[in-house]
Amino acid sequence: MTTTNGTRTLYDKIFDDHVVDRQDDGTCLLYIDRHLVHEVTSPQAFEGLRMAGRKVRAPEKTLAVVDHNIQTTDRSKGIQEESSRIQVETLARNAKDFGVEYFNELDRRQGIVHIIGPEQGFTLPGTTVVCGDSHTSTHGAFGALAHGIGTSEVEHVLATQTLIQTKAKNMLVQVDGTPAPGVGAKDIALAIIGEIGTAGGTGSVIEYAGEAIRGLSMEGRMTLCNMSIEGGARAGMVAPDQKAFDYLKGRPKSPKGEAWEAAVRYWETLRSDEGAHFDRVVKLDAANLPPIVSWGTSPEDVVSVTGIVPDPELIEDEVKRASKKRALEYMGLTAGTKMTEIPLDVIWIGSCTNGRIEDMRMVARIVEGKKIHESLDYAMIVPGSGLVKQQAELEGLDKIFLAAGFEWREPGCSMCLGMNPDQLKPGQRAASTSNRNFEGRQGYRGRTHLVSPAMAAAAALTGHFVDVRTLG
Amino acid sequence: MQPFTTLTSTPAPLKVLNVDTDMIIPKQFLKTIERTGLGTALFAEMRYKEDGSENPDFVLNQPAYRKAQILVAGDNFGCGSSREHAPWALLDFGIRCVISTSFADIFYNNCFKNGILPIKVTPEQLDMLFDDAERGSNATLSIDLEKQTIKGPDGGEIHFEIDAFRKHCLLNGLDDIGLTMEKGKQIDSYEEKLKQRAWA
Repeated sequence: MTTTNGTRTLYDKIFDDHVVDRQDDGTCLLYIDRHLVHEVTSPQAFEGLRMAGRKVRAPEKTLAVVDHNIQTTDRSKGIQEESSRIQVETLARNAKDFGVEYFNELDRRQGIVHIIGPEQGFTLPGTTVVCGDSHTSTHGAFGALAHGIGTSEVEHVLATQTLIQTKAKNMLVQVDGTPAPGVGAKDIALAIIGEIGTAGGTGSVIEYAGEAIRGLSMEGRMTLCNMSIEGGARAGMVAPDQKAFDYLKGRPKSPKGEAWEAAVRYWETLRSDEGAHFDRVVKLDAANLPPIVSWGTSPEDVVSVTGIVPDPELIEDEVKRASKKRALEYMGLTAGTKMTEIPLDVIWIGSCTNGRIEDMRMVARIVEGKKIHESLDYAMIVPGSGLVKQQAELEGLDKIFLAAGFEWREPGCSMCLGMNPDQLKPGQRAASTSNRNFEGRQGYRGRTHLVSPAMAAAAALTGHFVDVRTLG
Repeated sequence: MQPFTTLTSTPAPLKVLNVDTDMIIPKQFLKTIERTGLGTALFAEMRYKEDGSENPDFVLNQPAYRKAQILVAGDNFGCGSSREHAPWALLDFGIRCVISTSFADIFYNNCFKNGILPIKVTPEQLDMLFDDAERGSNATLSIDLEKQTIKGPDGGEIHFEIDAFRKHCLLNGLDDIGLTMEKGKQIDSYEEKLKQRAWA
């Protein structure tokens, strides 16, 4: 859709380029270029195809991988937990039956679906990317229109390579300034969610722009776009630039030769026009941004590491006050407590938000030659993919982690959602680089504080939160 | 898919903001390869105590609401994960309609694929509906999708908005995939055009 002055946003352009059919009421059939599939949200979709005698329309545009369910310890003897094993075996069978490429748990390319998409060059600028997983917004870092879908929609995409969509609103998040050392994409993401609220982006696609966003690495942009869903947005995206092209060039599934040149010429047109209309604009200054820590059970419950646990009694609205009181009670916190005085039990580093090589390097820089604090129950690092693990080991990061007392695991979603044996115990309190601090998310009655990898690493050394800016 | 036309039921009040899909159905229940049988897992961590017995304080365990087909909930219902297990669990429990001021996009979408009607109302209307719902079995709400109305126990009526295409599909219980399959030729010609962008 074009505005009256003919200008379009990045989202408008990608959406327009993928419209197969537009009904009079505005409902569109949108073509899907890339479909990522994992074991938890796909079995019922494949079963639906089977029952209706349908095929996968474009198996070459579909890539399947196991990530949610699998143990992060030795896998050479298979998946130990029975229901997990059945789900994994079901995906393997479905991939084979329907001719879809599949990375199994022993494949070096296996990893969290949102890490392997970009890693393989499967994710490309200007494409539509979907997956039965809300953190599909991650792929927007490359200027793709990427969002999570439910299982019925997974089946719809498998059968038709399209999705029924209505146009979302355009929202611009402008982040200017250069953040302090140790402050990065995760802090920017949490600060934005704190600002707009967890429903702030509902019905919108966010475009991130500004000096601070340009300054982010591709890994940082993925972290930021990944968290768009926690602000309620349908998708988040960054206009592709040379950094994106450099990241993708030479990846196994990236275009090669002339196709690459043609692709880059098109990708360079993928930016919002000067004066394009945004329904909402939010501005943030990254220069003064402190490291952010969550205190409650929603990603909007955030404060500066230098702050205190807020007092819900000050909230006027009755339902909101009750919800935030419930959150404090669940978290076992008292209003007014300094964030740096909350003792931690577990440090967990990984996830599709922060399980990339750059995250591993950041943690290694902070913990090198040091030891995790004796008060911790444990500290665990789960690389986002087999290739991240391999690269980290090539750089000797695993030795740094192990020497510091961290556990170094096999790749997967792990404790981000605790579908595998990696879970918090009731009452255990974690500093986690994941994306959700919901009740029970990381384990029944477990308590999650969302932080950046730098903050998690620093907390691992002291057993409580520390302002990473003071580490020097 | 089961069509949705009208529904009359006692509404259950769930006065919680940002009810996320982890709350609606915790992860341990996602290891199924079926769509059915998830009703007992609905709101499991709020509904049951650690020993597995029912938590009598939870709204759906109270006698007036055990058979509720309508849920009235705080802002931003269904946020978080894309798991369709959330509407599957609601449906399996018997909930056919959720009313809130706002819904997370993916959950909202997922409801329509499963014959569940999510209704958006204003904060003032939600407060009224909470009051109605708190009267227990003495109060029922009647929902008419065709007319787009919620009739309260005292005769008051709320009009709600809904996308015309979604309404049509829900009223008739239409299968999206079947509808899209009818547009096969358009998809073919789009794919033909796509060959110009060989890299895509």
